[in-house]
Amino acid sequence: MTRISAIARWSAAVLLAAGSASAFAHGFAGKRFFPATLATDDPFVADELSLPTVSRRKTGANGDEPATLETETSVDFTKRITQNFGVGLGATYVSQKPDGGESVRGFDNFAANVKYQFFKSDEHETILSVGVDWDIGNTGAKRIIGTETFSTLTPTVFAGKGFGDLPDSLPYLKPLAITGSVGVGLPTKSSTTTVADDGTETTAKNPNVLNVGFALEYSLLYLQSFVKDVGLSEPFNRLIPLVEVSMQKPLDGSGPTTGTINPGLLWAGRYMQFGLEAIIPMNKATGGKTGVLLQIHFFLDDLFPKSLGKPIFD
Amino acid sequence: MTVRTFLRAVALLAALALPAGALAHAFLDRAVPAVGSKVHGQPAEVRLRFSQPLEPAFSDVRVLDAGGKQVDRKDKRLDPADASVLRVSLRPLAPGVYRVVWRVLSADTHVTEGDYTFEVAP
Repeated sequence: MTRISAIARWSAAVLLAAGSASAFAHGFAGKRFFPATLATDDPFVADELSLPTVSRRKTGANGDEPATLETETSVDFTKRITQNFGVGLGATYVSQKPDGGESVRGFDNFAANVKYQFFKSDEHETILSVGVDWDIGNTGAKRIIGTETFSTLTPTVFAGKGFGDLPDSLPYLKPLAITGSVGVGLPTKSSTTTVADDGTETTAKNPNVLNVGFALEYSLLYLQSFVKDVGLSEPFNRLIPLVEVSMQKPLDGSGPTTGTINPGLLWAGRYMQFGLEAIIPMNKATGGKTGVLLQIHFFLDDLFPKSLGKPIFD
Repeated sequence: MTVRTFLRAVALLAALALPAGALAHAFLDRAVPAVGSKVHGQPAEVRLRFSQPLEPAFSDVRVLDAGGKQVDRKDKRLDPADASVLRVSLRPLAPGVYRVVWRVLSADTHVTEGDYTFEVAP
């Protein structure tokens, strides 16, 4: 049995065991609908399926490594166990085409996560949650650059805040919302030793890494429904322009801060959401060229409200 | 699973979802008086059109004046011709700002809520 089929069967078992219904589901705090973001993880616990998320970007040359055109196609599935506690699984298929080199393809390490939403304020459109992401070492194809032989655990704090509680004198700022996360990636091995073809050993440190991400969103849906009917009709009344920022910094000072700035658009429909973003390197250390990121995202709680899209335990 | 099989599965799922035109959670599509509008004359009622049919027993709308006093006639009901339209009649309104507060249950058991203001001009 392959790892993918094992994950699929486990997922199916969880889905089939799904229990009773819930009123609010994906990404709501009061009248605020928080969309699923593409580059940073959401603060809420939900029954969702991102299928697929596709990114394509040329990375910069780094030492002996040439610039590489990298295409990633990933699947992410999250399932509520209770109303506020959920689990997630993710798999990513990677294609890497180095300048002047042969293409390599294969799966990156698989990932799993748990998340608990411990605070929600409808009045202040606020959600807070904590979670742990587990990048499962040695589960991906070794030929893929960046696939680690060790696992990394990333405890993370998530937050979402809508600005609908601003004073009425600032009506056009009310559709704004921000979501974000701060986590520290903790590798299970402090260093990795590799042996080259000529027998030379190289040891690389695996530092703890600070991961910070946030998304600033302006919901035209919120504007149209709660602030001012400006006459938008479908599909424009369901658009959410946003900018996502994703940053990483080794905590031992061994490397610079790197990351991307992703401006884009989301469109929320009945059962699904489309997202399209540019991936812009935030500094010279990040390197590479501007890429593209797109996602089709399914609201399982809306697709299967009485069966698959509700918590197993209410 | 080959990449081709994977992409076919994606295309199938996308095709299943594309015909959908409204949110499964009931969202406010249109309101009369309109969200954030200024009204000249006396509005007889508030009409809220949602993105999908509502459950009448668990869907409510109230209209409040600036002091929080309810100024509708407490006769909220779904439009007999369209279960996605929630209506409530209004008492005569003095010039001022009024808040419409709603909380609805869609046919697929999802609750949504919201509010907006409109102004009655002198």
